[in-house]
Amino acid sequence: MSDEYNQKNTPLEAQSSETMTDISGTTSKDIDYVRPAELPEQDLYHGHSFITKWVFCQDAKVIGVQYFLTAVFTGIVGLVLSWLMRLQLGYPDLVPFITAEHYYQFVTMHGMIMVVYFLTALFLGGFGNYLIPLMVGARDMVFPYVNMVSFWMFFIAVCVLMASFFVPGGPTGAGWTLYPPQAILPGTPGSNMGIILMLASLSLFVIGFTMGGLNYIITILQARTRGMTLMRMPLTIWGIFTATALAMLAFPALLVSCIMMTLDKMLETSFFMPAIIQAGEVLDYGGGSPVLFQHLFWFFGHPEVYIVALPAFGIVSDLISVHARKNIFGYRMMVWAIVGIGGLSFFVWAHHMYVSGMNPWFGFFFATTTLIIAVPTALKVYNWIITLFRANIRMNTVMLFCLGFIVTFVNGGITGIFLGNVAVDIPLSDTYFVIAHFHMVMGVAPLMVIMGAVYHWFPLVTGRMLSEKLGKWHFWFTFLGAYSIYFPMHYLGFIGVPRRYFEMYDSPYVASATGMNEFITVAALIVGFAQFIFIYNIVTSLSIGKPAGKNPWKANSLEWLTPEVPPAHGNWGEKLPVIHRWPYDFNVPGAKEDYITQTTPPSEVMSAEVEKT
Amino acid sequence: MHPGIIFLGVVVGSVLFHIFTPWWWTDIASNWGAMDDTINLTFWIGGGVFILVCLFMVYCIFMFSYKEGRKVEYKPEDHKLEKILTIATTVGVIALLAPGLIVYNNYINTPKNALQVEVNAWQWGWQYRLPGEDGILGTAQVAKITDDNPFGINLDDPNGKDDILIEDDVLHLKTDRPVKILLRSLDVLHNYYVPQFRAKMDAIPGIITYYWFEPNKIGEYEVLCAEYCGVGHYAMRAKVIVESEGNYENWIKEQETFSDLIAKQESNESKLTLVAKSND
Ligand code: HEM
Ligand SMILES: [Cu+2]
Ligand SMILES: [Cu+2]
Repeated sequence: MSDEYNQKNTPLEAQSSETMTDISGTTSKDIDYVRPAELPEQDLYHGHSFITKWVFCQDAKVIGVQYFLTAVFTGIVGLVLSWLMRLQLGYPDLVPFITAEHYYQFVTMHGMIMVVYFLTALFLGGFGNYLIPLMVGARDMVFPYVNMVSFWMFFIAVCVLMASFFVPGGPTGAGWTLYPPQAILPGTPGSNMGIILMLASLSLFVIGFTMGGLNYIITILQARTRGMTLMRMPLTIWGIFTATALAMLAFPALLVSCIMMTLDKMLETSFFMPAIIQAGEVLDYGGGSPVLFQHLFWFFGHPEVYIVALPAFGIVSDLISVHARKNIFGYRMMVWAIVGIGGLSFFVWAHHMYVSGMNPWFGFFFATTTLIIAVPTALKVYNWIITLFRANIRMNTVMLFCLGFIVTFVNGGITGIFLGNVAVDIPLSDTYFVIAHFHMVMGVAPLMVIMGAVYHWFPLVTGRMLSEKLGKWHFWFTFLGAYSIYFPMHYLGFIGVPRRYFEMYDSPYVASATGMNEFITVAALIVGFAQFIFIYNIVTSLSIGKPAGKNPWKANSLEWLTPEVPPAHGNWGEKLPVIHRWPYDFNVPGAKEDYITQTTPPSEVMSAEVEKT
Repeated sequence: MHPGIIFLGVVVGSVLFHIFTPWWWTDIASNWGAMDDTINLTFWIGGGVFILVCLFMVYCIFMFSYKEGRKVEYKPEDHKLEKILTIATTVGVIALLAPGLIVYNNYINTPKNALQVEVNAWQWGWQYRLPGEDGILGTAQVAKITDDNPFGINLDDPNGKDDILIEDDVLHLKTDRPVKILLRSLDVLHNYYVPQFRAKMDAIPGIITYYWFEPNKIGEYEVLCAEYCGVGHYAMRAKVIVESEGNYENWIKEQETFSDLIAKQESNESKLTLVAKSND
């Protein structure tokens, strides 16, 4: 099948003969020695028609771009919905067609789209697909066909989700948490077709995502190139790897709760439905538990926030290191922090349920586990800023976004400590403090990373640089704008303004919130429109951007070291790269240049005093 | 302009906003001042960390922005520093968690002398039930609810007969006496929340949940539903009136008990049958 690299398909014997020479020709003193490959190379499928090359494509890089564009499309829908909500909150009578029903449908679709279809798909499907094979030195994902199917499942899930806007009754307005009994009863907008399509779409998403996720995990574990030990992988890969592992364990909880709720809705089973009397009528349900759903949902939902956060942590570490021209501080601790946070994230879910009516004794346990997570998280923050210390920081757009990430993440992380500490959460839960907190920590902060990452890797994907000038404008509008949306919003929560309120109308003590709500709405519109600078920058740079050439940022990691830029199908030409070090050897004392790529053998940089990695 | 100046502005602006904000807690009207104290403590510790981290970051970008040939430190790890930071963070976290858990322990343990109030929530309104002279609420079930028995009280439970039923969304409370709110829902999740009391808890159909507080300021307070419950959620308001013991007793005397309600219905029915008979 493979017609492009004949040599690449070396049979196993040829490889082992290489091993022989490695062993016989050298001794262990040979400083360039790298353990030989244990597996033969993968056969790749080469598409030749337009359809197999660009539509049902099996090249992870194209699939990554497909995921990226689809996710961005859903993100734009989510953004437009947020404008409509903000218009209603800031100027209640301005847009007459926004009724309470519509408002709740917007809130729900906005929340679900942003968390699942936008951020999760973008980080793992988009960046994961593009970067994993390149960064670990593989030719592609280990199961390219399954990978292709994964994207198309995601695509169908998005179509089903969007279709719900057009069915009778409209999309579900149950809130992104979809709590029963309300989600499937007539008091909630879209409680017929809307909720069914939402549950179907989520189920499809999980199925598709599992296919992709297995690919990411197995590729990282099995298809790394020679010399790429686990502790030499870029933190981006560690973040994506751990997040994917979390997703594989957390999404099943979402899938079963979707299936159970679908049964409750369509066959009138009572998994989540106790005896209910609605509009004077006793319904045909009885004996189920609404709290059970919440446990299942948050068993998925909490790891979900780390599924978004961990890739962001990983990526931002790499961006900071490259653009500060300094090794990431405490690499090993960063790895353990990522893995530790990932593991712990399965033991904190009920911090979303402190006032849910679960057994009150759970509060002690979950408050303790939640605050324990704060320790590794804080260490990561320290390591990022220590990396900046005595570095040589390029103040370019990428770095600005990293700095914006640090500020918003620290801010949102600290408000997380408020909400995790159960006694503090009681007055604040279900108020705008929560809205402000999670937008800061899992909305704005990961978006800063995504945008920084786009400025960073755009030259790799397209071969052209983005405009720095537009990039800086884009950054300042986005960062300052988003900060002024969410920083003041915490204080609405102190007043006691509840979330998911279509209108506050005559409440006496929230009259003071009117001015702030208007301000926030204006800021939200500005931030939204600033994204068009970004889109404009991307579209124009595709044709007039400065040609990037090879490795424009002088980075060390493998993705920049392909023989062709942008990397071609199969990534590495004839020979797979061989890795001699971690990707963070910047400004090594004694080295001639301020960076030593991962493929540079020690014999070429004899004078450099590198630490052994 | 150096970006460091803008980042510095963000930090300083945040602190100034916090100091001068006109948006702050509603005046507390219950015993849960300790919750406010824990929040303030978290503000001090957390705010301190925020300021330090951001200032350090700003310092770094001022001092170490790109210069050709700048000498850069190459130090992949520093175990001592990492250890110090771990320990310091752990201590900070314990300092926040410990007081929080103490307050929470009080929150879930209701004092013995608390008055019981059952809050009934439905889409979209509230009603209340208080125990009568026996101090015990009769058992009740959603499935038993009818027009004649709006709370679904079990008719064969003697404790239920003297229960005081308030089919209205205004609740009166005595000042300086703990109340245990028992929450029931007839349909979906709701949450009985008065910002000035700080406390809250969801009402769940099928089970009874609770929380307690001690109102300590006479006045009228708005109740907001704090758990999304469908399109009417934002309009699901009610009122709590906290008043002196005397006014409270007067109010309670005017309320109907379950047996009053049954008696009234029976007399209505007998009247109806009388009317029917006389028409014969
Ligand atoms: C400029 C960008 C954004 C604006 C102006 C915005 C605005 C809003 C508003 C007004 C609400 C409804 C608050 C309420 O009535 O309770 C909301 C809810 C929400 N947003 Fe955003 N948002 C933005 C971006 C994001 C992003 C990037 C995420 C991804 C994490 C996100 C996740 C959510 C979630 C999960 C909810 C809760 C939905 C629910 O209550 O069911 N938002 N947002
Ligand atoms: Cu959580
Ligand atoms: Cu409600």
